[in-house]
Amino acid sequence: MIDFFQMVVSGIAVGSSYALMGLAMVIIYKTSEVVNFAQGEMALLSSFFAFMIMEHHHIPFYAAIPATLVFSLFLGFFLEFAVLRRAKDPSVLGMIIITIGLEMILMGFVSWKFGADYKALPFPISPYESVAMGGVYASALEVLTFGVALSLMLILFLFFRFSKLGVAMKATQQNPVAARLMGIRTNRIVMMTWGVSSVTGCFAGLSISAALMHPYMMWDPMLKGFAAAVMGGMTSLPGAVFAAYLLGIIENLFGGYISIEFKSVVAFVIIVLVLCFKPSGLFARHYVKKV
Amino acid sequence: MDMKRDYYEDVQLFSSGVAIFWFVALMIFLGAFPFMVKNYYVYMANYIAINVIVAVGLNILVGYTGQISLGHAGFFAIGAYGTIILISQFHFPFLLALPAAGVIAAFFGFILGLPALRLDGPYLSIATLGFGLSITQVIGKIELFGGRQGLHAPELMIGSWTLDTDREFYYILMVIVILLTLGARNLMKTRVGRAFIAIRDADIAAETIGINLLWHKTMAFAVSAFYAGVAGGLYAFVLRFVEPEVFTLLLSILFLSMIVVGGLGSIFGAIAGACLLSWLDLTLRNILDVPLVGDWLKILSKSWFSITGVSNIQFILFGLIIVLIMLFEPRGIFGIWIRTKKYWKTWPF
Repeated sequence: MIDFFQMVVSGIAVGSSYALMGLAMVIIYKTSEVVNFAQGEMALLSSFFAFMIMEHHHIPFYAAIPATLVFSLFLGFFLEFAVLRRAKDPSVLGMIIITIGLEMILMGFVSWKFGADYKALPFPISPYESVAMGGVYASALEVLTFGVALSLMLILFLFFRFSKLGVAMKATQQNPVAARLMGIRTNRIVMMTWGVSSVTGCFAGLSISAALMHPYMMWDPMLKGFAAAVMGGMTSLPGAVFAAYLLGIIENLFGGYISIEFKSVVAFVIIVLVLCFKPSGLFARHYVKKV
Repeated sequence: MDMKRDYYEDVQLFSSGVAIFWFVALMIFLGAFPFMVKNYYVYMANYIAINVIVAVGLNILVGYTGQISLGHAGFFAIGAYGTIILISQFHFPFLLALPAAGVIAAFFGFILGLPALRLDGPYLSIATLGFGLSITQVIGKIELFGGRQGLHAPELMIGSWTLDTDREFYYILMVIVILLTLGARNLMKTRVGRAFIAIRDADIAAETIGINLLWHKTMAFAVSAFYAGVAGGLYAFVLRFVEPEVFTLLLSILFLSMIVVGGLGSIFGAIAGACLLSWLDLTLRNILDVPLVGDWLKILSKSWFSITGVSNIQFILFGLIIVLIMLFEPRGIFGIWIRTKKYWKTWPF
């Protein structure tokens, strides 16, 4: 039984990074209907920025993290402003290809600049320290990640519900034309959405890179986060979070009890099964196409 | 400018004598090509030809039927492994094993097409992406398929003729490419092809005029998977060796980029996109050997970047080219071609 709880706890720990990536993708998809495949690499670049200023420029940790967050905010602004806004009469598939191209550019840049060898972010908490909770162990880093993820979700919730900018983002998503008529600069709002999303993903990148960082580290969390976002309905923030934790836990239980070899595939099998029964995800209202 | 006056004019293979002339010229060029160039370029042509097959097949699914697939590396892998296993374990002749492997891939395409009936957009892309990833994982775990070590391709025999050079293989490949391309072109002019296009444009309207969505959507997946499977079988003989690491998500993404960069919904576009991107893929690997630029890049990476990651420049350039084409011409190379043609036809105006 203790094994079972141990697996659930590790599942929740992995689920946090999936949830953050999933949230980041949902935020962009909600306002601009772009599936952002560059999400993982945006977080990757931000994490390596943190690594660079800490390792090469000797900036202390507590100054480096806010600097990284600001960097990732502007990275999001920049990509939307310089690339995605320039696309003329874009199709959904064309936008996907543009983000895939961005993904290649960012990943190529990071591996060119930093090389492919393994590194670790100098983090004040060691990933090997662990916290015991009634026989179940979790590393201090996992607990911290979970705490940060939960508070970030709360902040995002409050942001979208109560702040002027958050409400403007929701308005832009629901009806861009009406939003523009009400005096909202929808272009600028979409740009800010990219910033917010980039920062959200950056937290996931930082928490992963505390243990191990290399240029391919964001692939798996990004795909699983995307899978969770789709399973949650692609437009629902709580749905993405719920699905991400569910996937993390199921993945770990499957790895523990059935087969460790197929652990990384099981998430996608679950997705396909869920989509067979609920084609627009668990939490989205079913979208009925009008003729 | 191209007014169709009756049905037969719409379905004929060549629209005019000029088209026949260019077709014959192209055939002569393709036939003479291996005698004019070095061996490496024949290998390159083989590589490009295989990507052309996949792109033409994927274009039937994405460009004409309006579905999306991020899992074509999975079908490609099924074709490659299927051909090798059928030849080495079941002693099929090559010319039978290749279409048989294609049919196996088509069967998997049919299965994948079933959930696609209710899905679109990001939902469909994640389902197909999951399929592509799972196939590679599963193949890597099964002993019959050689696990992580991979498999060697057997000798390629047609009857009693052994093909062991790239030049000989080139001719087999060209015959298959031309047959499959003409097949795709003809398919799009039949009732089925028009049904595919109708589904892309408005699937509910298509259903109301009597197109069976279940049948046609799954068939689009199956046909597209068949092309990818045949291409995979041929690729096994170009590489002479297959392992699960070849068939990654990156390969699926590359296939999709080919047809989008080439221009969706046109066979010319699919071919052009496949040629451009696979040529870039092979050429950019050697960018450091280019005389002036290579040295400059080496100095740049010594002083500003890392030397170990210098091969990643190819990804940056590749991504940059894809992004630029999509930004400036959303209809891809086909769009550029149409605009140029229009410009010269109506020249002084």
